[in-house]
Amino acid sequence: MSLEVAVRHRAGAFRLDAAFASGGGITALFGRSGAGKSTLLAAVAGLIRPDHAHIVLGGRVLADTDRGIALPRHRRRIGTVFQDGRLFPHLSVRQNLRFGRWFTPPAERYVAEADIVDLLGLAPLLHRAPSGLSGGEKQRVAIGRALLASPRALLMDEPLAALDAARKAEILPFIEALRDAYRIPILYVSHAPAEVARLADTVVVLEAGRVVASGPAAAVMAGPEVAAILGPAEAGALVDGRVARHDETDALTEIATPAGLVTVPRLAAPPGAEVRLRIHARDVMLALGPPEHASALNVLPARVAATTPLEPPTVEVRLEADGATLVAHVTGRSVRELGIRPGLVLYAVLKSVAVDRGEVGRAPGTPAAAIQRGP
Amino acid sequence: MAGLTPEEWTAIALSLRVSLVATLASLPFGVLVAVLLARGKFPGRTLLDVAVHMPLVLPPVVTGYALLLLFGRRGPLGGFLEHAFGIVLAFRWTGAALAAAVMGFPLMVRAMRLAVEAIDARLEGAAGTLGANRAWTFVLVTLPLMLPGILAGATLAFAKALGEFGATITFVSSIPEETRTVPSAIYALLQVPGGEARAIRLALVSVAISAAALLASELLARRSGRRAAA
Repeated sequence: MSLEVAVRHRAGAFRLDAAFASGGGITALFGRSGAGKSTLLAAVAGLIRPDHAHIVLGGRVLADTDRGIALPRHRRRIGTVFQDGRLFPHLSVRQNLRFGRWFTPPAERYVAEADIVDLLGLAPLLHRAPSGLSGGEKQRVAIGRALLASPRALLMDEPLAALDAARKAEILPFIEALRDAYRIPILYVSHAPAEVARLADTVVVLEAGRVVASGPAAAVMAGPEVAAILGPAEAGALVDGRVARHDETDALTEIATPAGLVTVPRLAAPPGAEVRLRIHARDVMLALGPPEHASALNVLPARVAATTPLEPPTVEVRLEADGATLVAHVTGRSVRELGIRPGLVLYAVLKSVAVDRGEVGRAPGTPAAAIQRGP
Repeated sequence: MAGLTPEEWTAIALSLRVSLVATLASLPFGVLVAVLLARGKFPGRTLLDVAVHMPLVLPPVVTGYALLLLFGRRGPLGGFLEHAFGIVLAFRWTGAALAAAVMGFPLMVRAMRLAVEAIDARLEGAAGTLGANRAWTFVLVTLPLMLPGILAGATLAFAKALGEFGATITFVSSIPEETRTVPSAIYALLQVPGGEARAIRLALVSVAISAAALLASELLARRSGRRAAA
């Protein structure tokens, strides 16, 4: 099911003017705090009334201000998970879960309570009160509550922002599981690159109320717009690949990517499984020839696409390796001395590789040409 | 309290009936006005606020006189009620209940309004995204969450009704077995020589009933508070 959103809204000095489309799967709205991500989400959910809105979900017009249409939120059938859970304090977990189900016509219910309880591990919590739950438990209940209304789309407004790393690790697999279990579009607001890298199929980058880039996750996350938001420490590229084989003796796994074979510490995923790698720009070294006598396992040939000077002494070098994009941060002196310029073929030496996604479930390696840049 | 005379028992029963009816009848209006004042954005909101709080600051005798002018048999509202529904309030126990309700109303609304203002409006938004329209959201979210405030407001109004004297005696006088509530009875006893001992006994009864009402509300509030927090 597709979701088309175009919203213009003015609140005080802040102006939101954003449009994007999602073909399904998880679409991440990514950007700094205050970029307008949550406002955009609230407009889709019907929690605010934007000055101008055109929102269509699976062919059903939810809002079209030009035609005077603005469905009230209770008729939009869009599940929303808030950062703070917003569970009803006077109801038990079970009553919270059943709240939305009650308002869903029986013919439109596609989510069974037993499945949700199972999927989100809620069985031990059903008779508890929300105030006695931990942050992670609250968010799991909030996700279950939204899903049990059998929504046509799910909005998640920084659902993990208030949680510590351990709790995040607890919830992320559930979000992946529900993406695979229910084929509804999910809009996921986040300013955490790791979450976006792990979950998103499509990324929409917001900056000061405007969309500055949107497109397939790997292409957008390696783009300059995201690098500008993340800063040099976090900038990097996403590369989708497939588990080629496991090397049990050395406890390593080889992953076939468009850029070549990449070796990572032994993964649990079976051969053939799709995985997503995140390669920080600061972890990429550039060499003119294949380095010999070096400890790094991963050396990929690549062609320089562009060089962009950042804060001195850093220069960002964008590399194309057979459809995969890599980003390296090197010093200006290295660029000069190695003669790095667009078109040059060299070798990217990866000092470390993070595996972000166990099972992508989608075709890897979308060409960077599919990316759309805002004005 | 075996020593109470039949007239005194009548006064006690009348007081309880007047206070209970006053509280229960004003409860829906109290909730409505509290929600309007806490959440509503409409012209005349301040005016409504002032009107509701008027009995709190006016001399009770003025409130009673205003009721007499409005709801007396020749008053515009009193005449209408008598012709349309055959309801007479002036010099009847129902009039005493009206006076008690009006005097207790600001206290009731204040407590409920605070409770509404303490509710996180985003919870109501969340109910909306789950498919609940405004009416259902009110019934399933707002009303249960303001329950402790409703109980507190109702108790305050009940206690105020038990003690109401000035507006009552002005509006409906002090007619034995019709409008002579406990305060009126105490006042009447103090007007006759040798009535003081009986006045004190009745005063003690009054203290006991009010204390019991406050205690009951405290227990109820604690129970509902525990449920809301739980």
